[in-house]
Amino acid sequence: MDNTYLDMELLRFTTAGSVDDGKSTLIGRLLYDSKSIFEDQLDQVETSSKKRGLDHTDLALLTDGLRDEREQGITIDVAYRYFATPKRKFIIADTPGHIQYTRNMVTGASTANLALILIDARHGVVEQTCRHSFIASLLQIPHLVVCINKMDLVDYSEEVFEKIKAQYESFAAKLDVHDIRFIPISALKGDNVVNKSEKMSWYQGSTLLYTLENIHIASDQNHIDCRFPVQTVIRPKQDEYHDFRGYAGRVAGGVFKKGDEVAVLPSGFTSKIQAIHTMTGEIDEAFAPMSVTMTLEDDIDLGRGDMIVRTHNRPDVSQEVDIMLCWFNQTGPMPRAKFTLMHASNEVKAMINKVQYKLDINTLHRNEEDLDIKMNDILRVSVRTTKPLMKDSYRKNRLTGSVILVDDATNETVAAGMII
Amino acid sequence: MSKYNLTHLKELESEAIYVIREVFAQFEKPGILFSGGKDSIVVTHLARKAFWPARIPFPLVHIDTGHNFPETIAFRNDLAKEIGAELVVPLVQESIDKGRVREETGKDASRNWLQITTLLDAIEENGFDALMGGARRDEEKARAKERFFSHRDDFGQWDPKNQRPELWNIFNGKKNFGEHFRVFPISNWTEMDVWQYILSENIAIPSLYIAHNRDVIRRGGTWLPNSEFIKLREGEEIVNKKIRFRTLGDITITGGDESDADTLEKIVAEVAAARQTERGNRADDKRSETSMEDRKKEGYF
Repeated sequence: MDNTYLDMELLRFTTAGSVDDGKSTLIGRLLYDSKSIFEDQLDQVETSSKKRGLDHTDLALLTDGLRDEREQGITIDVAYRYFATPKRKFIIADTPGHIQYTRNMVTGASTANLALILIDARHGVVEQTCRHSFIASLLQIPHLVVCINKMDLVDYSEEVFEKIKAQYESFAAKLDVHDIRFIPISALKGDNVVNKSEKMSWYQGSTLLYTLENIHIASDQNHIDCRFPVQTVIRPKQDEYHDFRGYAGRVAGGVFKKGDEVAVLPSGFTSKIQAIHTMTGEIDEAFAPMSVTMTLEDDIDLGRGDMIVRTHNRPDVSQEVDIMLCWFNQTGPMPRAKFTLMHASNEVKAMINKVQYKLDINTLHRNEEDLDIKMNDILRVSVRTTKPLMKDSYRKNRLTGSVILVDDATNETVAAGMII
Repeated sequence: MSKYNLTHLKELESEAIYVIREVFAQFEKPGILFSGGKDSIVVTHLARKAFWPARIPFPLVHIDTGHNFPETIAFRNDLAKEIGAELVVPLVQESIDKGRVREETGKDASRNWLQITTLLDAIEENGFDALMGGARRDEEKARAKERFFSHRDDFGQWDPKNQRPELWNIFNGKKNFGEHFRVFPISNWTEMDVWQYILSENIAIPSLYIAHNRDVIRRGGTWLPNSEFIKLREGEEIVNKKIRFRTLGDITITGGDESDADTLEKIVAEVAAARQTERGNRADDKRSETSMEDRKKEGYF
């Protein structure tokens, strides 16, 4: 038995789109061609499709598992799907494009390395294309793959492909994305999805699956700025570990090495890393996104919410923070409302001091007149916190640059934000 | 692969350990829902890793239907002893004796639904505010919609249409008094990931997963193990087959597959070639198209 499975990387990608742009067909094809759909699942989906009077097998029924979704034929919530090829394991966050679209798209995008954008070759770039692309850029998804789908319906025309590509590129110039690829496909016929199309010899690039398998994602993590938010302190009550005081957490950025000089924030005390522990033994270095336990050479008062960093490279420590905020909740905030702001392993009380502008996610226009906060709004706000945050800009680090707001009355997550 | 890059299994492991530590940090009295199946065994293993060298800071909570495989119970007791974890074992039989639930009757009666009441009562009696389980999003379509941190109201119910969004690695475990959370650290794992992890970490599992000879009955397209709870129906006979189980539930509802996979390596190869989902042999999932969702809304695992 070979061990290739143990050498695979994980790629998380997000898709968004409307019902008829071929998204389900495309995902279905990726799952089907990679043998990730089982026979009894397919049987079930076929039976359900027939019961609903459909003349085709609706692969959306694979994960539209909730009663209401199946009855109404809609996807309510982000659906996660999994498939693997010998090279990589993939997690798809499939996000529905209606009602709570911002919430769903932002949620799916928050952990993605790559966004898959589908454009119907007959219609070109539409409002939803822009919306999804903008959110991908806002959430700093490193790679965009734009699939121009239904090429079979435009005679596999190179001209159509080039025209849409140019149209998209002129819009994308306004976005903050650096790696955009275009692939002409037909999800239905299978052109350029897994196999190269015989109908589009003019296209010299890779197929979608090849792109997903080979796109370079190793440098998506920040391996420069060392950040270790402490989740909890481990103090064994066994005699043999009497003086053990370990700081447990997941590296959010950078590479920590045994012997490194570190500072503890917000206190500012400095020490050295004595050891990095795992159950299978000590290790010499830990990097994002590893979960480890560190011990320091000095006894320092340090607990959950604190952050271990390198002495010469520190995050900004402040109680004033500017945030791009996505509002998820049906009701906007009460005037002068206080929230619990969760950031890395830290929790503080926070208040929105000022709404600077609201962003129209279809046109990217900044609206400074209508500053009323409603569901699906994206706004730039100034927030004041009761205790300092150890923060980076979201551009620099997605984990130490992101926050959520929790309503203290309902405990709901009402908004998510990226630190500017 | 570059030097600073994790394999997918290591990344999934690291994600799960992070989630388990969040549970410890955010809740007062968490526990692990331990069924004796491979998924809850993996969660328990990950919890040990998360707090090493300290002992696992959670009790193992096993809802005992009384319809267990004897191998599962033996395995559970040995594991708890080995890792020094407290065992909490609420009994479905006790719920029946107290009149909290009534035993199902009829042809396909099982204690599957009954354990929901036992579980919810145990949560209240023990004051658990978070229970971790081994459910995965790939195993069932209602579970595909689960959050890592899944809120339950004070009736223990799940409201799938009103779940909190989960972004980056920030988990909101805030709740009112009387409410609790179910937490699923291995949400993003597939059946294949679980087996590969068991193989690479050399984790002990109940012998039921390994191909063995057993007295079985052909029923509902699967090999149902013979036990004191089974009554033979007309035309059925007890035969001895070499089988293994892909999932473990109650002995009354868990069917096995004929198999020669008697090592972990062979099991992994079998899983890789499988064309049927692992829960395909579970009678509890077959009651209706949305039976898992219906049970989950009431408070099921």
